Order: sequence, then structure tokens, then C-alpha cells
Amino acid sequence: MNAISAEAPPSFLNRDYGLWAWLTTHDHKRIAILYSIGITFFFFLGGIAATLIRLNLVTPNGAIMNAETYNKTFTFHGVVMVWFFLIPSIPTTLGNFLLPLMIGARDVAFPKLNLASWYLYIIGGLFTVCALIEGGVDTGWTFYTPFSTMFSNTNVFLVIVGVFITGFSTIFTGINFIVTTHTLRMPGMTWFRLPLFVWAMYAVSLVMVLATPVLAMTLALIGLERGLGVGVFDPALGGDPLLFQHLFWFYSHPAVYIMILPAMGLVSEVIPCFARRRIFGYNFMVYAIIGIAVIGFLVWGHHMFVAGMSVYAALIFSILSFIVAVPSAIKVFNWTATLHRGSISFEAPMLYALGFVGLFMLGGMTGLMLAEPALDVPLHDTYFVIAHFHYVMVGGSVMAYLAGIHYWWPKVTGKSYSEPLAKFSAILMFIGFNLTFFPQYILGYEGMPRRYHAYLPQFQVLNILSSGGASILALSYLLPLLYLGWSLFRGAPAGNNPWNARGLEWQTTSPPPKENFLTMPVVQEPYAYREPAP
Amino acid sequence: MNQSGFQWFLPAASSISGPLDMLWWAMVGICTFVALGVFVVMWLFCIRYRRGNAEVDRALSHGTRPVELTWITVPFVLFVCMFVWSLFLFVRIHTPPADAQTIYVVAKQWMWKVQHPGGQREINALHVPLGQPVRLTMTSQDVIHSFYVPAFRLKQDILPGRYTQLWFTATQLGSFALECTQYCGLDHSRMGGRVTVMRPADYARWLEGHAGPLTLAGQGQALFRAKGCSGCHGANASVHAPDLGGIYGRVVHLSDGSTVVADNRYIRDSILLPDKQVVAGYAPIMPSFSGQLSEEELIELVAYLKSTTGPGTGNRRPDQLPASGNTAQ
Repeated sequence: MNAISAEAPPSFLNRDYGLWAWLTTHDHKRIAILYSIGITFFFFLGGIAATLIRLNLVTPNGAIMNAETYNKTFTFHGVVMVWFFLIPSIPTTLGNFLLPLMIGARDVAFPKLNLASWYLYIIGGLFTVCALIEGGVDTGWTFYTPFSTMFSNTNVFLVIVGVFITGFSTIFTGINFIVTTHTLRMPGMTWFRLPLFVWAMYAVSLVMVLATPVLAMTLALIGLERGLGVGVFDPALGGDPLLFQHLFWFYSHPAVYIMILPAMGLVSEVIPCFARRRIFGYNFMVYAIIGIAVIGFLVWGHHMFVAGMSVYAALIFSILSFIVAVPSAIKVFNWTATLHRGSISFEAPMLYALGFVGLFMLGGMTGLMLAEPALDVPLHDTYFVIAHFHYVMVGGSVMAYLAGIHYWWPKVTGKSYSEPLAKFSAILMFIGFNLTFFPQYILGYEGMPRRYHAYLPQFQVLNILSSGGASILALSYLLPLLYLGWSLFRGAPAGNNPWNARGLEWQTTSPPPKENFLTMPVVQEPYAYREPAP
Repeated sequence: MNQSGFQWFLPAASSISGPLDMLWWAMVGICTFVALGVFVVMWLFCIRYRRGNAEVDRALSHGTRPVELTWITVPFVLFVCMFVWSLFLFVRIHTPPADAQTIYVVAKQWMWKVQHPGGQREINALHVPLGQPVRLTMTSQDVIHSFYVPAFRLKQDILPGRYTQLWFTATQLGSFALECTQYCGLDHSRMGGRVTVMRPADYARWLEGHAGPLTLAGQGQALFRAKGCSGCHGANASVHAPDLGGIYGRVVHLSDGSTVVADNRYIRDSILLPDKQVVAGYAPIMPSFSGQLSEEELIELVAYLKSTTGPGTGNRRPDQLPASGNTAQ
């Protein structure tokens, strides 16, 4: 551990030891690691809930728990996975670590705000998890009114407070990234030389800052109605339950893009590196990111086609949902075209990234079916919807997140991991994921509603298949924890640029020093990969 | 129909099932085709341009713009076609035929309550005739529920405080699962029922066998008197209140100068929130009946007012007279 050569200063890891130094750090890289500990913790908590759900659905009448516990379990799974894993996952960990490195900055614009954001996240998260475990909440993560305000006898108020607090953490991160991208780009790093990951972080930050306050207001209104009886959503008090759905999805649909845009940016870094090709259609990829972020604000009504909305409103939300699918399609085609005439190698990050493209495409296409109001009538609120958003969120975002963790692991830790194990778990994850969630598409078409503790006997075969797949999927999530943990202590030194990648982050040492760069990095055109000489 | 055992294809039991299935399989076909296309191209590129393969041309190609514009335009045109196809079906799903028979549904945690115009009532069951359009007018007495019959391919959320509609024409005899698809609390997954489709003759016999002493409108008329509505709105009332005879479907002029069509929702709101929309020329003196009437009773009152032909709430439309076999009034 003390084998630091005389001329190289210590890395950001090898200085200021001790818990206190970590908990008071202003270094974006250390905050990213603090975040990743929290994110991993919440991911496995949510994963335990998912395991219990799949176990329970093995038999038609609920194998291991009663309806009350089941309802609380899927609420736990949804709340934890959405707000404490998916939304912060890529931006606060890899985004936090890489954004300043990728633009040649020493840190984010507001390092103290960055740390404050982590504390809010942890406080909000622990508060929420305590409320969810001690008593629980049975509303589902969507808190639909008037059930959540007037009918549920559970800890709705406490959980809302927890999510409300965490919302500020998201807003802080968003503000920080926007200002950082605007003000701290090094000379020569023009907007159209930014890596697509930075563009994605910038776009996602805009969405965070604009959408999250609406969630905060909506949650506050639930609290007012629940606590003080102010009639907002319950018709018995003169309110309108559809108003809640409009407000909630005005936040929560952009939140879907908060989850997927970072994944898209991340994969756009990985694929060119292992294909040794410039990303195909860089400018169009940028426009697509911006297009998704903007149009994503105008499609929330597609969650409400059968909610009692007017036919005209439904049709407008439908065509807008189709329009937002165009930039996503462009991205899939461009990733594929990037492979053309490449010199492709298949290390673990690339396998994860290619898996992402396939699963995201399947999730996106079933999204087209749900964007058609007529087809949404039979499919809405069935397992088809569950399968659709798990393909996008888990098949998409989580696969991409793992691609990123494997890709930048040598940069963050300076260590290399077991490549065969990593490849094995990437392939296992792809198989396990499809086994788990593809049967759910069929279940949805066959008419199994979501959030069902018990179901009709004819759905059992597909449910068993899905639960069997989930056990493979669970194993594929545990494996990286083991071999990456091993590499942390026993891994061989990885070198500064093991992938021979082109981003600025690869021009510094691994792990980087606290100041990020000892010598000024050289800014090139983005993705300046050349084919190696034959 | 299949109660246990796996089934690949759902029965298609309503007039909209076929067209929706056609759209569904078209979408499945298009998506499979495009997905397979992209997968095949990815595999080919991955094999052909693998790092070890020295025998391929890896020269940089220039000019991505024409390619990009192609794969912006083609999906967009395809999406517009999908949208238009679904548009026609969606409008059809929301346009009940004029001759549809209305059946009322009240949802509650965790039960379906059905009221037929003839006064018949059912719990967690709905009997409908084959080949005749049925319009469900639905409301909830607590939280949001959703009425879903997979075999009909139809679903509609049911909201408290307002009426939503769903119509269908059943095209296959049998008994089909009814499910609640909007999470509504503890026993959401147990909030099921059966929809039974019968031949019209059998259905008429069923109605006859389950008829009560009063039709739905008759129950409403009794309620109209019992709750004191007729004291003010009746023909001989001394209080200055609007005559409600034949009100349903008429244009009502309000005191704020606007107009409103007297539909289910207007009548419901006027009973529960009388100050919300005051009829022009009348003082807002009516007390609210909020909390005094159940959802079923509100539906009875609506059915009664629907049955009247104005003026005077005593007159009944001939077509709203009791169904055959139910002569008790």
C-alpha cells in the first residue's frame, strides 16, 4: 500500500485516511464512492423485496405471505428501487466521479453542495426505509389518491417525508452538474466535443431540476390532505383524484428519463471504445438526448389512457409519446452502426453494453404498443406494463450501470477484476433477465393484473418460469459484488488506461489524484478512436 | 372459460376483441421484425468486425447525415401509421351505440355491485345478453378501481365522485373473468367476478327470475319522495325549485350565465353539491345531500330522472317503463 513512487502524489484514495476524512470530504470522487455504497445498499434492500415478491407468486394464492404483507413488500420494492436506487444510480456515482474528469475540471462547481446532497440522500433513505420496515406502506410507489390520502392506514406520511427530503438531494445534484458543465470545461472543451455521457448528465440534470419540485409539491399536497383534511384529491372533500395522477406523472414520466438518459450516455462511451470507432452520428446523438429530455415532459398522460381522461387528450398524449420514441430509435440505430467497420472486442463492459442495447430496444418497442391508446386499454396495469418498464429500467439502466462500473472500475480503484467471471455474470444476467421478465409480457396479454397477491390458476406456469429466472438474475447480481470486492483487495494494478480509451479521464493516473490531473490533459475530438494497424 | 391449465390465446368475446387483437398481432409482428433485424445486423457486425478478423475493410465512412435522416423519417412514418390505426379503434371504444342498454356498476373495496334497469341486483357478477350493446355507467364509493374483462379486451378506471363509462357487445357465450386492475388496497387481488354472456332469450328469462318489486327508476321514484325531493321539485311544490321532469339530456342555463347539459354527473353534483351549479332564476337554497345518499341511491335517482318526460316528474317515458315481465310498480 505504501509503494507510491516518489514523483507520483498519492491518489484520492491514499490520503486523509479515516472515517471522519471521508464523511467530511469535498472531493467529488470520494462523494461518488460514498454514494455508490448507499446505492448498492438500497439496491440489495430493494432486491430482497423483489425476491420475496417472486417467491410469493410461485403459487396462485400467495406462497409465503398474506395480502397485507405482499402489498407492503411491492411498495417497499418500488419506493426503494425508484427513488433510492434508479434515479440517483448513475448520475450520483459514475456521474459524480466522471463529470469533472471528462471536462478537465478539478471538482464540481459546488463541492459542499455535493456532500450535502449525499447527506440528504442517506438521511432521506434511512428515514424512508425505517418507515417502510417499521409499519410499512401499502399504497404502491405511485401513492394514488384518494387511497393514499384517506384510506390507507399505514406510514404514508413518513414515507412521503423521506422521499421529499431525498428530492432535494436530486435537485442539488442537478444544479451542481448544470453549473459544472457550463463553467468548468477546460479550454478547448467545446460543447460539441463533450463526451455523450456529459451531455446525458447535463440533460438529466435539467430534468431533475425542473421535474423534482413538482414531486415535492404533490407529496406536500398528499400530506396536507392526509394530515389536515385539506380537500385536494379526494372527491369526498371536493378534490379531484385525477389531478393527483396528472401531477404525479408530470414528475414521474420525466423521472423515467432521469433513469434512462444516463444509461444511454454511458453506453455511448463504452461501445466506441470496444469497437474502436467514433460514435456514429455524434451530433444526432446529442440532439436525441436533448429531444428526449424536452419531449419527455409532454407525454405524462400516456399513463392515464384508461383513467377517465378525455379522448382528445389521450390522442394528443399518444402522438407525443410516439414522437419521443423517435430519438430513442435513432440512438439504437446509431449504436448498432458504430459497430460497422469497427475492430470489436468483447470485454465485460462491452457485453453489458450490447445487452443493454438489446433489452432497451425490446422495452422501447413494447412501449410503442402501450403508447397506442387502443392497445393500452387491454394492456394497462397488467404484467405487460411491469415487463415493459423492467426491460427499460432493469434491462436498460441496470445493465448500463454495470457496464459503466466494469468499464471505469480500473480508473476508480486502480485495480483489475476477473475478466472471465465478469463476462460470465454479464451473460448470466442477460439470460436471467429475459427468463424473469419475458414471461410477464405474456402474462399481461393473458390478463394478469399487476399488484396481485393472488392470481387465477391459469397464470401459474408463467409465474413459476418468471420466478425461476429471477433466481438466476439474483445470482448474476451477487457475483459482481464478490469478484469486484475481491479485486478491491487482491486485484492486480490496472494501469492508467487499460482499454486504450480516449476520454480525458483516461489521461490521468488510476486512481486519479485529488486534483484529478497533474498535467493538463489534451482535448481531442470526441471518440478519436483509430483502428489499430492490421 | 379455461379455469386451470395454461392457455396461449385468450377467448375473444366482444365485438372489439377481434380488431384489437389484429392491432396487437400487427404490432407484435412489426416489433419482432425490427428487433430481429437489428439483432441480426448487430451479430453480423460483431462477427465480421471482430478484432481478430484481418480481412475486412475498416476505412472510415463519411457523411452520416443521409443515413440519419433515413432512420429518423422511416420510424416516424411508421409511428404515425400505428397512431392512426389505434386512433380509430380508441374512438370506437369510446363511442357507445345509441341503443346500448345501460347497466350501472358501483365499485367498492373489494366488491362489484351491479344494478340493472329492471331493478335486478348482482354482486361480483354481471349478466349480459349476447350480441346486444351494453353500456356500463360506473362509479366508486371509495377509492379508484378499474373494471377489466380480459376476454373483452376492455378496461376502464372507476373513480369516486364521477361516472365513467364502458361499452361492449358480447360475441361469445360463456363466463369470463372480471378483474380489478387499479390497486385499491388490501384485497385488490380478490376483487374479481364473472361476466356471464347469455342468449337474449335466456337473458330475458334471467332478468325475469331476478326482478325485484321495483325497477331501478321505480326505486328512484320512491326515493325521490322519501328523501323529500318531491316536496320542492314536485309538481305541486310551494317552494320555488326547478321542475325536474325530463331534465336528463336537456341544456340547463345556470345563474352565472353558462349552460350545462344535464347528464349523470350534473345530476349527481346537483344533489351532493347544490351550490356548485345553480340554475338561472333560482336561489341557492337547496341543502346538500352529501353523506345521506349511497352511490346506489344516487344511481336510482339518476335512473328515475332519466325516465321522466317533462314537465312534471310524474310522467314516465314509455321506453323507460318496466321491462317485460316486471309489471310491479
